[in-house]
Amino acid sequence: MRHTLAVLVENRPGVLTHISGLISRRAFNIESIAAGYTEEPDTTRITVVVQADELELEQVVNQLSKLVDVIKITNLTETDSIQRELAMIKVKASSETRSDVVDIVDIFRAKIVDVNRETMVIELTGEETKIDALCEVLKDYGIIEIVRTGKVALSRGPIPAKNV
Amino acid sequence: MRMSGARAVIECLKQEDVDIVFGYPGGAVLTLYDALYETQFPHILTRHEQGAVHAADGYARSTGKVGVCIATSGPGATNLITGIATAYMDSIPMVAITGQVAVSYIGRDSFQEADVTGITTPITKHNYLVKDVHDLARVFKEAFHIARTGRPGPVLIDIAKDVFAKEIDFHYPDTVNLRGYKPLFEGDSRVIAQVAEELAKAQRPLVFVGGGVNLADISPALSEFVEYTNIPVITSLMGLGCIPDRHPQNFGMVGMHGTYAANMATTHADLLIGLGVRFDDRVTGLVADFASKAKVIHFDIDPAEINKNIIANIRVVGDLKWSIPAMLTKVKERTADAWKALNPEWKAQLNEWREMNPLTYTPREGVVLPQQLIESVSQHADSDAVVVTDVGQHQMWASQFYEFRQPRTLLTSGGLGTMGYGLPAALGAQVGCPGRQILLFTGDGGFMMNCQELSALADLELPVKVFILNNQVLGMVAQWQRMFYNGHYSHSTLKGHTDFVKLAEAMGVTGLRVTQPQEVEGAIQKALAIKGPVVVDVRIPEDENVLPMVPAGGRLDQMIMGG
Repeated sequence: MRHTLAVLVENRPGVLTHISGLISRRAFNIESIAAGYTEEPDTTRITVVVQADELELEQVVNQLSKLVDVIKITNLTETDSIQRELAMIKVKASSETRSDVVDIVDIFRAKIVDVNRETMVIELTGEETKIDALCEVLKDYGIIEIVRTGKVALSRGPIPAKNV
Repeated sequence: MRMSGARAVIECLKQEDVDIVFGYPGGAVLTLYDALYETQFPHILTRHEQGAVHAADGYARSTGKVGVCIATSGPGATNLITGIATAYMDSIPMVAITGQVAVSYIGRDSFQEADVTGITTPITKHNYLVKDVHDLARVFKEAFHIARTGRPGPVLIDIAKDVFAKEIDFHYPDTVNLRGYKPLFEGDSRVIAQVAEELAKAQRPLVFVGGGVNLADISPALSEFVEYTNIPVITSLMGLGCIPDRHPQNFGMVGMHGTYAANMATTHADLLIGLGVRFDDRVTGLVADFASKAKVIHFDIDPAEINKNIIANIRVVGDLKWSIPAMLTKVKERTADAWKALNPEWKAQLNEWREMNPLTYTPREGVVLPQQLIESVSQHADSDAVVVTDVGQHQMWASQFYEFRQPRTLLTSGGLGTMGYGLPAALGAQVGCPGRQILLFTGDGGFMMNCQELSALADLELPVKVFILNNQVLGMVAQWQRMFYNGHYSHSTLKGHTDFVKLAEAMGVTGLRVTQPQEVEGAIQKALAIKGPVVVDVRIPEDENVLPMVPAGGRLDQMIMGG
């Protein structure tokens, strides 16, 4: 099963090395990892998506918790949460195909953020499956490159992950 | 107080009650060594950085204090790696201080530069790179706190060369503020009651004692607990000494070279209480069949140990300093007589297994057997003597045939299995325990890996007694080749011409040789009587096996017996 973990860590040099090193050393199945600043200047929040059964998940959480720079880990899969990913897709779009691509962008409620004679860059925020679906459709036109942030997630309701 | 970064490091060490450090100087730590010189801070110069780190480890294991070692940048620091990994695997409190190239040189592949925090991340409890002198005091305070609290472990502090020269107003913090590090001391007391209930219900209970009991210095309470409840005990290699070997309830070491009784007990137990153990593969054999009839109760300070290798039915997370006394209090709600009356058949069965299948060996005419030598040393040794080993056959024979009487009297690389650990660890133990006998059992393979430290022993007049069980082969490798690789002795033969007596003498250490059984007693007495360090080269046969043996990945009750 896939689990989305919110990992709050000290915003210190080396913290990402410690986390990624641990993940590879213990051979955990990590699908994505996304890090960024938070409402507190000394805290970084890392969203980790891990493929694991119950026992493996326990090991992931316990081993990550052992890292001195890890302040708190919350499993957002167990709570009601909003999960999003951002993708930018560079796709071939000539004068003949451009309007078709624009239609697809509208249907997905994505945004065109760059256009030139031969290509377009499309930005889409949404759940992973929606991004997958857009990529699938755009394949027919010729995808040049894709960049995805990996999933970020936030719980619903007033209580922040650090207080769960 | 105004001082240099180097002086600040010395002040930090004093604030942490460090009374000695082990190290080796070099370019990036010259300023620090100048401060050592000026302050006359006690420092042991080993002959290799690996010697320094193992010495700090031996010092820590024998005293319970944090071991400290120093090395320069680049190769100095990388020479510490094996020793740091050794300490990490066995949860030994240590602070390793390494020099780094100056801040402006970092990341440019400068002379003697290595990414030491990167390299040591997976083998340290935590590490730091100090680039600003103002961070020094905080980092040292945190490092010692992390090294010695919770599940102990090594912490590395990498300090850029120019930091040592910068001036600061030194102030040592009183407290640490680590949001992500709050080791649990006291766990859930309701679970303790549950454990006591399980213990009373069990028909074939067994207590399994590990290195955590040694590290927590809680053997007296453990002894009281097992005596009060009359419950049988087995130990891991790292748990030897926590309960005296001769204690009637101690059925010995479990695992690959464990006793018949301990392995059978584990296989048949219906309740296994693990105290500070991590269920290493050398203990469990085939995991699926390990204690498969037993409910497992796992006591550990580290929550990540629970369910890592063996699934626990009940977990008791917390410091053994809390949980073992709490258990003792709980079981005292019943009378000792009530406990003693429980499960007489199980206890009789265990005694029968022990009596019918003791650890033994077959004497041979005209040759010194390693088991005999170890038994003889054991008989002559003080009861508080500290035994140090390298890794391999001699290590297992020492665990089987030396009589351990006290906690913290066996220093051995159990987790990492580091050849070359023994001699420098013995040096460190002798520094930490002046006046106590430090006895090293080593092999001709392991000894050669750090034999340069004889020179340090001689200079410091540290009276370590070294027994080289010299079979002219890499014994454990050869045993596996004999048993599992059709007797192909691929590169395991040391038919060298090394004369260990002359080697010892060349380094300023007394050398003795034993080739005949009748020389054993005299040589041991002579070695123990000599005031300084002694090397005893004991010639043993090359084909003696360590038995019993559970082949790797086999079932504990399917031992190759013999001996």
